[in-house]
Amino acid sequence: MTTTAPYATGAQPADRPTVGALTSRAGVLLVLTLFALYTLVPPWWLLVTATKNKGYLFTTQGLWFSHFDLGTNIREVFQEQDGVFLRWMLNSVLYSVGGAAVGTLVSAMAGYALAKYAFRGRDLAFNIVLGAVLVPASMFALPLYLMFSASHLINTYWSVFLPSIVSPFGVYLARVYAGAAVPDELLEAGRIDGAREAGIFWRISMPVMSPALVTIFLFQFVGIWNNYLLPVLMLSDDRLQPITVGLANWRAELNNGVPYSLTITGSLLSVIPLLIAFFVLQRYWRSGLTAGSVK
Amino acid sequence: MAITYPDHDVTSGAERAPRLPRGPAGGRATRSATLFLLPFGALFAVMVLAPIGYAVHESLFEVRRSGLGLSPTVAELTGVSNYVRALRDRDFMASILRVLLLGVVQVPVMLGLSLLLALLLDSRSARFRRTFRMIFFLPFAMPGAIAAIMWSFLYIPSVSPFTAALRSIGLDVDFLSGGLAPVSIGNMMTWGWTGYNMLIIHSALQAIPRELFEAAVLDGCSGWRLARHVKIPLVRPALILTTVFSIIGTAQLYTEPDILRRVASTVTATYTPIMASQYSANISNYNFAAAQAVILAVLTFVLSFGFLKFVQRKGFGA
Repeated sequence: MTTTAPYATGAQPADRPTVGALTSRAGVLLVLTLFALYTLVPPWWLLVTATKNKGYLFTTQGLWFSHFDLGTNIREVFQEQDGVFLRWMLNSVLYSVGGAAVGTLVSAMAGYALAKYAFRGRDLAFNIVLGAVLVPASMFALPLYLMFSASHLINTYWSVFLPSIVSPFGVYLARVYAGAAVPDELLEAGRIDGAREAGIFWRISMPVMSPALVTIFLFQFVGIWNNYLLPVLMLSDDRLQPITVGLANWRAELNNGVPYSLTITGSLLSVIPLLIAFFVLQRYWRSGLTAGSVK
Repeated sequence: MAITYPDHDVTSGAERAPRLPRGPAGGRATRSATLFLLPFGALFAVMVLAPIGYAVHESLFEVRRSGLGLSPTVAELTGVSNYVRALRDRDFMASILRVLLLGVVQVPVMLGLSLLLALLLDSRSARFRRTFRMIFFLPFAMPGAIAAIMWSFLYIPSVSPFTAALRSIGLDVDFLSGGLAPVSIGNMMTWGWTGYNMLIIHSALQAIPRELFEAAVLDGCSGWRLARHVKIPLVRPALILTTVFSIIGTAQLYTEPDILRRVASTVTATYTPIMASQYSANISNYNFAAAQAVILAVLTFVLSFGFLKFVQRKGFGA
């Protein structure tokens, strides 16, 4: 453990550090580097292992490349069980893009109404949304499963798609953003020009809200992509599964002839699109994560 | 995931709403608002409220099979008997206790680490801040199930570089043994969520006006004392927020043990409360599963709100 250097007070030049400051710099760097290693070693292992020939997983050093055979591994991932991997990926895309797109629109409408209209029960409605934000979706998954299985809705696309649309957090974000960014004068001007409420929402408010809409879409997209409990409960048909559940099933099927290399390479392939999206759209993540602290 | 400070009075959020537009007039406003709210409201009612009601309702019944199971089954109102049974069920109670113990150790370790990293990143001695922040955030970009699959390989002796490294210094460690399995699960949770929590705390630190620190430094307060007496008290709301989320998240623990269950017999089918409830549903014991789900929901609520009340009474509330 180390001490942090004092804050510069006014004129003290920061470019002539004392011995103490250098020590503390080194100490801070050491702790941060150690945790960075802890964070990076597992994905590094995944990357390295995905490139290895499947005959050498057990005999080679785990953290460095050898017997490079990534092409074969990738081909086998896509060929296994008549291309079910691609099917799982497409399912995930379908659930996530579809669910997030519809969900964002639904959340935007609700958030906008809560921010921009006076009506009885508005505070109650918003408080219910706030309360629901705090409750994780996993808590509803089992009751939903019980209800859906009684109404024979399980094992269909809809059983995963419909619950994924609902995002109280999306409504909350839309409500905060619409309240802060959509000026009443603009809506008023639209009304004076004779525009209908739906037209005002679509042509005036939605464009103004678009940065928030991107954030809402992103959060919901990743939330659905990462979902595991809901599809595990709802779906028994292998061809309806999203990629998370599909790979988890492969993981357990060594005895049924699914070698480790398939699961490992498949896992790596499945996170690459997500990682790219994350780092390209970083600033939207930060705006969503800090939304609560911005008044 | 919500980023609102839950220790604030929730109604104040609504009151902080911008002044209402002058038009449209009352009736028209209500009608338009209702139409805008309708899609979300309907979905919310069907996908959130209805299942809760359904689970509570089902938990009060029991399905009786009469005779040899040839005659149709009848649901019989049995009141709280499913609840009594659940509270006496050894596997279910063991799953609750297991997750409680895991949370009591893992949540403080993880949040302590998150706070430490956030403070270090915020300190003047930190270099390469952006790079480190990006690295720490990386696990959040990985689906929990994929991360769990990855770790499930890193825990098995045949391919794990960690087991190999430990063996080379004479330690024979089985990460999936009965005793170590909870630690291994805790490690997966820590790996997955420390960076996310760090980011929330770090954002709170950066929102503090820098003049405050400079004033403290002029008064001779620096380094760890600055962190301890100025920074930590100021990010208390963020710490409370991350603690509440972590409590809720731990109570719902599912993905990591469910994936380890597929590779290790030490992780049983009723390892966590959700798994126990799922297990009951899988053996067609739906009413019992409903009671278990309701108990878990109530327990999660009691724990997270209990924590909030506790910090408020102690005067920790921001």
